[in-house]
Amino acid sequence: MSAAGKLLVIFRRDCALLLGGARGRGGAVLPLLFFLAVAMLYPFGVGPDARLLARTGAGVIWVAALLAAILPLDRLIEPDLESGFFDQWALRGLSEEAVMLGRIVAHWLCFGVPLMLATPIAAALLAIDGHQLWLLELGLLFGTPGLAAIGVTIAALTAGLRAGAALGGLLLIPLAVPLLIFGAGSLQPGGENGLVLLVAASLVAVAIAPFAAGAAIRAARE
Amino acid sequence: MQPCRLVAEDIACRRGDRVLLRGVGFSLGPGDALHLAGPNGIGKSSLLRILAGLMRPYAGRVEATGTLALSDEHLPLDGHRPLAAALDFWRRIDGAGADNNRFGLDDLGDVPVRYLSTGQRKRAALACMAASGAGIWLIDEPLNGLDAHWSGVAQIAIEAHRDRGGIAVIASHQPLALNDLMVLPLLELVP
Repeated sequence: MSAAGKLLVIFRRDCALLLGGARGRGGAVLPLLFFLAVAMLYPFGVGPDARLLARTGAGVIWVAALLAAILPLDRLIEPDLESGFFDQWALRGLSEEAVMLGRIVAHWLCFGVPLMLATPIAAALLAIDGHQLWLLELGLLFGTPGLAAIGVTIAALTAGLRAGAALGGLLLIPLAVPLLIFGAGSLQPGGENGLVLLVAASLVAVAIAPFAAGAAIRAARE
Repeated sequence: MQPCRLVAEDIACRRGDRVLLRGVGFSLGPGDALHLAGPNGIGKSSLLRILAGLMRPYAGRVEATGTLALSDEHLPLDGHRPLAAALDFWRRIDGAGADNNRFGLDDLGDVPVRYLSTGQRKRAALACMAASGAGIWLIDEPLNGLDAHWSGVAQIAIEAHRDRGGIAVIASHQPLALNDLMVLPLLELVP
């Protein structure tokens, strides 16, 4: 079988594992519930003033998306590293970078897309209007690939470390700040150009991540 | 199977800041089998990972012609999936394997991998490696956890692999009953 065919088989397995969950860890549902829970709790915290909610709600959704990205970190790479999957793929001549790129796409499909699908519900809870929702969805479409890329990189870097999960969360926050600034900034009046910068920040993350994560896997072998 | 060779020249192996082994050298051709012998912790597994190209040797070089398969202490199968489905993942990646030895796993096809016993896990790991169709087998402790019957089956499988022109490098602290087995006593190579 060609290398592309093998990568496709691996990609399908990645999707199945990330979507369905395994080893006692939730799949795509857990980050989604967390995301919706934040949107649900926020009005309880600041009160039911629709104007205040509409003005701040979109920013809250961005923060919730960023924090939800932390939840799946510990099962992105670690279980496969522990079971020797990465060694076996390397022995079959598949580059770590290609495997990681596949995993980033799989992670985005199982994390970014459900988040975008849940956003209209969160928007309704936070009294966000149609135009804002449209900008929010566009921003998430551009920003979540970057979040997924950063997530996979950090998961690869912290795999095998004690307390790697907690450390991963701490590492993700500063790296994801540009995405948050441009994503939430694009929702301000006249801030639509923020979307362009969001795309740029996201693309940089996606371009670097497979190489950084691949190098991390190789370094973990030494 | 393409003709395979595995040549190691003057390899040194380091873990942390300690040199475990120095001056490991051998040359293997089709049908050869090498037993890396030595007590626990001497560096057998590290040496196998160097031969597999997963770790860089501290000194020396490895030259491998032909595809490699490694069976070590990890079992590269998804614990929550039934054994047959988990093995099928590798079968789809490797295509139809050269070796159809199922190591008696057919009856366990619908048992989730995490419920397998130590010996059954070892047999699954060996079946995985055999089905990969690789020419060079690097095996870490192939007989660990296997009873007398399955030890015999495993060694017969290794012999059959050699008959097809394959190479086997076996790290084990146990004696092996293979024909024309070369033995490399690693204790003599500790610096």
